[in-house]
Amino acid sequence: MKGYLPYLLTTTATAWKREVSTYFATPLAYIFLAIFLLSVGLFTWDISGFFEAGTADLNAFFGWHPWLYIFFMPALAMRLWSDEKLLGTIELLNSLPVSLSGLVAGKLLAAWTVAGAGLVMTLPWWIIVNYLGDTDNGVIAVSYLMSWMMAGAFLGIGSTVSALTSSSAIAFVLSVAASFLITAAGWPILSVNIDSVFGPTLSEIVSQFSFMTHFSPAQRGVVELRNIIFFVSFIGLSIFATRLLIEYRRRVPK
Amino acid sequence: MLLVEKLTKSFSQRQAVSSVSFQIEKGEVIGFLGQNGAGKSTTLRMICGAIEPDQGDARIAGYSIVRHRRQAQRLIGYLPEGAPLYPDMRVTEFLNFMADCHQLQGSARQSAIDRVITDTRLSSALGQTIATLSKGFKRRVGLAGALLHDPPALILDEPLDGLDPIQRSAVKTLISTMAPDKAVLISTHNLDDIPAMCSRTIIIDHGRIIADETPDALARRGAGSLETAFAELVSETARVTH
Ligand SMILES: Nc1ncnc2c1ncn2[C@@H]1O[C@H](COP(=O)(O)OP(=O)(O)O)[C@@H](O)[C@H]1O
Ligand SMILES: [Mg+2]
Repeated sequence: MKGYLPYLLTTTATAWKREVSTYFATPLAYIFLAIFLLSVGLFTWDISGFFEAGTADLNAFFGWHPWLYIFFMPALAMRLWSDEKLLGTIELLNSLPVSLSGLVAGKLLAAWTVAGAGLVMTLPWWIIVNYLGDTDNGVIAVSYLMSWMMAGAFLGIGSTVSALTSSSAIAFVLSVAASFLITAAGWPILSVNIDSVFGPTLSEIVSQFSFMTHFSPAQRGVVELRNIIFFVSFIGLSIFATRLLIEYRRRVPK
Repeated sequence: MLLVEKLTKSFSQRQAVSSVSFQIEKGEVIGFLGQNGAGKSTTLRMICGAIEPDQGDARIAGYSIVRHRRQAQRLIGYLPEGAPLYPDMRVTEFLNFMADCHQLQGSARQSAIDRVITDTRLSSALGQTIATLSKGFKRRVGLAGALLHDPPALILDEPLDGLDPIQRSAVKTLISTMAPDKAVLISTHNLDDIPAMCSRTIIIDHGRIIADETPDALARRGAGSLETAFAELVSETARVTH
């Protein structure tokens, strides 16, 4: 396996570069960023009544992130692989001496970069809350980090699903559904119901896989290593799954 | 240079390619001929690693596409059927992307890019988005991508399909000038392309090789006409298989 790592990293960089430039060559990145910022603003400031509450924190803002990501991350990831299938360029990629894991990772990282850009553009609000009062900036920093981690995990779902179909619309719908399920798995309403029907063990297991379970401690300012490990493992697993799907299609083409 | 050994592929129940074997040496240009659905693309895809064979193997300079995938793929330039490309990319971006994929660096990289731009006459289209190019230009961009790393084996799936006569002759000339130091495999369903370009013809029908000979030898079977020879060969297999 000597030389495997440079090979993997070179391909990752190649795929990242190409994918980032595609996001910005098409209106997708700009539309994504604009609508994301509008939605975050609308939900936090209007629906949650941020200014009326008058607290100097961003809890309402971060509280909406999982729910917004259910739609926004599938939109970013939907065409990562489905477009390659639709255009037929998957055939070109499969014939090149590149690392398949590197391609999958590079594309995912590119989408994650755009998601990160969206978060960076919300930073002015962090400054604003500091004017409103005594802000716990540690909590906010941790929340930003974990929100970005969670975004990566949502993108992992989107990337895997987009390797299933040549239609980005189908990929979007399926990823939204999958993202909703994995988010809602930690919803108290759902847990209570699973608890009463199937018993506490299952409800505990289900909620352990929920993104909510691993994201909400951040809003109390707690950096828990296990939550970071959860999201990183989830992303790693989704890269592996995407790779398997593409390899499967090489053996059994549609 | 290129050794194809008993390549076999089925799709669900249907056998698309059955135990296809042949060999190509450096300097040869092979016309891979067959009707639509004969199994040409499936064979070429397996040679390039775009799909995996059920059985059999292809070796490029000794490297097995099944067991030494990466090494084998470094030696292949492949133009898939219809020359799929990224429409949002500019021509230079695409060539740089291909150079990245082949890990070309430094002065070798720039000279490779310059060489294919000259060979495929792309200089007037460099800054254009691929989506805005004509079909002939797109095909040349695909060819430029396949030629960038100067591969010893060149696999072209219907490179002339859908081009007008002038574009066809330009692509043919390009292929002929590159031929001497490469093993070239070109699929086509058009007999007119064969005499001017190819040193040997391999005919595939219903997934099996039914002829492997020079265009002259093939023409002699049909009393001087490739069309007659081809039609007779294909109808013969139709009688045997049905
Ligand atoms: N991905 C696929 N799934 C199912 N059948 C396929 C697929 N690709 C090719 N085939 C079938 O295999 C046969 C050979 O196809 P192909 O290799 O594309 O022929 P050619 O390139 O000579 O026109 C055809 O019957 C075709 O319908
Ligand atoms: Mg074909």
